[in-house]
Amino acid sequence: MTSVLYDAPGPRAKRRNIIFSVVFFVLLALLLWWVYTVMDDKGQLEWALWKPFTQAEAWTTYLLPGLADTLKAAGLAMVIALPLGAFFGISRLSDHVWVRIPAGAVIEFFRAIPVLLLMLFANEFYSRYTDVSSEDRPLYAVVTGLVLYNASVLAEIVRAGILSLPKGQTEAAHAIGLRKGQTMTHILLPQAVTAMLPAIVTQLVVIVKDTALGGVMIGFTELLNTRGTLAANYANVIPSFIVVAIIYIIVNFILTSFAGWLEKRLRRSKRSTGAVLGKDDVEEMNAAEVGGSFGTGAGGTI
Amino acid sequence: MFDFISDYDDPTLLGAFWVTVQLTVFSAIGSLIWGTLLAAMRVSPVPLMRGFGTAYVNLVRNIPLTVIVVFSSLGLADIFGVTMGAPDDFELQGFRLAVLSLVAYTAAFVCEALRSGINTVPVGQAEAARAIGLSFGQVLRLIVLPQAFRSVIGPLANVLIALTKNTTVAATIGVAEAALLMKEMIENEAQTVLIGAVFAFGFVVLTLPTGLILGWLSKRLAVKR
Repeated sequence: MTSVLYDAPGPRAKRRNIIFSVVFFVLLALLLWWVYTVMDDKGQLEWALWKPFTQAEAWTTYLLPGLADTLKAAGLAMVIALPLGAFFGISRLSDHVWVRIPAGAVIEFFRAIPVLLLMLFANEFYSRYTDVSSEDRPLYAVVTGLVLYNASVLAEIVRAGILSLPKGQTEAAHAIGLRKGQTMTHILLPQAVTAMLPAIVTQLVVIVKDTALGGVMIGFTELLNTRGTLAANYANVIPSFIVVAIIYIIVNFILTSFAGWLEKRLRRSKRSTGAVLGKDDVEEMNAAEVGGSFGTGAGGTI
Repeated sequence: MFDFISDYDDPTLLGAFWVTVQLTVFSAIGSLIWGTLLAAMRVSPVPLMRGFGTAYVNLVRNIPLTVIVVFSSLGLADIFGVTMGAPDDFELQGFRLAVLSLVAYTAAFVCEALRSGINTVPVGQAEAARAIGLSFGQVLRLIVLPQAFRSVIGPLANVLIALTKNTTVAATIGVAEAALLMKEMIENEAQTVLIGAVFAFGFVVLTLPTGLILGWLSKRLAVKR
């Protein structure tokens, strides 16, 4: 049994469970039947609307380029945000108040602001004050918004990764005469990076999902945006939404499973210190005392 | 310097943030209810309900909120005719569709937070409850959920803060909340940075107290074991 809430069912409980199952099944079937009839009425089930997805054209002109842009923005954002996040995360652990406080303020500020506002701001900022061409601007704006937000989230992950290491590591490093900087770069960071990997991969899911904002609000040609063009072409609103949702689910499911696999593997591995940050650890950390002296706990890894 | 604020009266700056607050409050209440139901399904002894709960959470969490919100407008409203009781008032309809989408999305995260809370309740508590003859529903309602809720105030606070920020996605279907007003202002006015700062400040004001108050509450109310 998976739950502590109930015993192995006896005869009465079995009967009750069956009744619940049947009622629930009927409700679910009614819902699905309603969806089916409406889609049938509106002609959304006609084969002509689904046929494009079996042919190469819909994929090569719309969906795959859209997916490529989604992944490009997410990848770029990750690659830029990671060193930036590491920098701010380590700064927040500094011994000097005048480094610690500003770093903390920057992190908390960008975590408190919706990504959409950052993207809108970046888009307008680039168009007014820089000469980024108008074709590149949406990508730049999306990546900027994602970087600002996720760097601050990653900073907290980095900090949690370093804090999760056993204290003996730092003490041993000091005992053999390493300076603070050397302790960080040679002892703590390499171990923390391993511990953080699963949490970092999980954060990628959030980034992939957030790219969709750029598609609707600033015209970035990612998956959700190209879905619009596709649906305008084939008049298949519902099918296109279903296919696009499935693509997102597959991509993110792969990332989540990879993170889970990595976490399990790292926890097993004998060479690490045993500190591994999964998704839950980071979420808990945001709310708990590690949230910092003036932490808002404004986590929201969703 | 701040002249641009008074140029906008439909909605005003405060009005737009008021819509953001309303979106947050309604969605928070809705997703708490739906999320609790989902969590109850996920831990229930009925396999079909467990399967549904698991499938729902895993599917919804991996779809971008933006896709769900846009779908609620283009798919649910236009094709399925779900007008949320406001077929003619598009403003109200957009608002309610946005709440519906936010509830559908956020409930998955509430469910997961609650489930992790249920796991923190010691097995002995449920065993003792069963020993005095309480049924599954009673065990869940009287013994397990109250303790679980108190231990997940922190994670739920995170979900609430994320929800506050996620309400901006409603701008994609034209709900006149803060993000939409910012988009309009920033495109029409010259003070890009100043406008950005004003709206950023607004969200800091909304999320900072929530985090601090609920963080304090979660420490105070945590079940000491």
